[in-house]
Amino acid sequence: MTTRRVPIVEKILSANDQIAAVNHALLSSLGIFSLNLMASPGAGKTSFILQTIKALTGKLRLGVIEGDTAPVTIDADKIIAAGMPAVQINTGGDCHLDAVMVQNGLNQLPLAEIDLLIIENVGNLVCPAAFNLGTHANILIASIPEGDDKPYKYPNIYRGLEVLIVNKIDLLPYVPFKMNYFRQGVEMLNPGVHTFAVSCATGEGISAWTDWVVAQVQHHKHA
Amino acid sequence: MHELVVTESIRDIALRHALAAGATKVTDIYIVIGRLASVVDDSVQFYWDLICQDTLCAGATLHFQRIPARMLCLDCKQEYTFDAELTPCPQCGSISAHIISGEEFHVDSIAIEGPLENPS
Repeated sequence: MTTRRVPIVEKILSANDQIAAVNHALLSSLGIFSLNLMASPGAGKTSFILQTIKALTGKLRLGVIEGDTAPVTIDADKIIAAGMPAVQINTGGDCHLDAVMVQNGLNQLPLAEIDLLIIENVGNLVCPAAFNLGTHANILIASIPEGDDKPYKYPNIYRGLEVLIVNKIDLLPYVPFKMNYFRQGVEMLNPGVHTFAVSCATGEGISAWTDWVVAQVQHHKHA
Repeated sequence: MHELVVTESIRDIALRHALAAGATKVTDIYIVIGRLASVVDDSVQFYWDLICQDTLCAGATLHFQRIPARMLCLDCKQEYTFDAELTPCPQCGSISAHIISGEEFHVDSIAIEGPLENPS
């Protein structure tokens, strides 16, 4: 029996990318601007969403998909209490959301009543970077107490970002965090990425972020 | 970690192309993974043996080609590689760089047994 070589050159996870493209087309057709929000556990993803809701209530209609590895609704409950529709997706222990889970989440949201969709990914700096969800922008929260070396340790997640949020800047006086070293790593991996320094505890910097996101939403509505 | 999903994806890609080529058995899978992609070879190999039983891929050998992360300095045009920590340009110290390689993440080819396709 002879053996022969069959050339393929096909991206691993291309099946996920195909569903992501379906999600992207659906969201774009409805004029919804969508964000894939990633961060390590405890960086302040849910607090950041709550601050964003607080600043934008009356200006934009938000919807949120909450991804968690455990069947808890702690995060979704907070969003609903803040007055916005949210669905919780339990990944069943998986370390990331994928495009199929997001598709299921989209089916449970009142999409016609949403201008801005925020998808809170599972807290993790490795796996979410590999799975395209079909959103319009990838956004990462890096928080000061995590340390300034994260771009060097998790280069992949910094590569695919459109927006970087540096959270908990109110803790800078108390934590050894070399901002120049952090920024150098970010700049090498993702030059010119939109960066907003904020504190979800004090509200500092949130308005610069929400001004940017409002402009993006309007751009997508008219596109 | 998501190595199981990655491994399933590799298997599905290999099976689809093997069937299209009329294979009776897949003997080898050639995978290309860049330094910047996060996949653990040993975990993929572990899952591989579990999920390929009773398929054309059973017993196939996985070959991983690791591509180093190569940068092009945008200031002095020096090309350099980093294996450990991301570093500024070793020649001029600039942090302005373009990533040339290291993000690869694909199935390159498979080796199969089976009757040759009709060349028509």
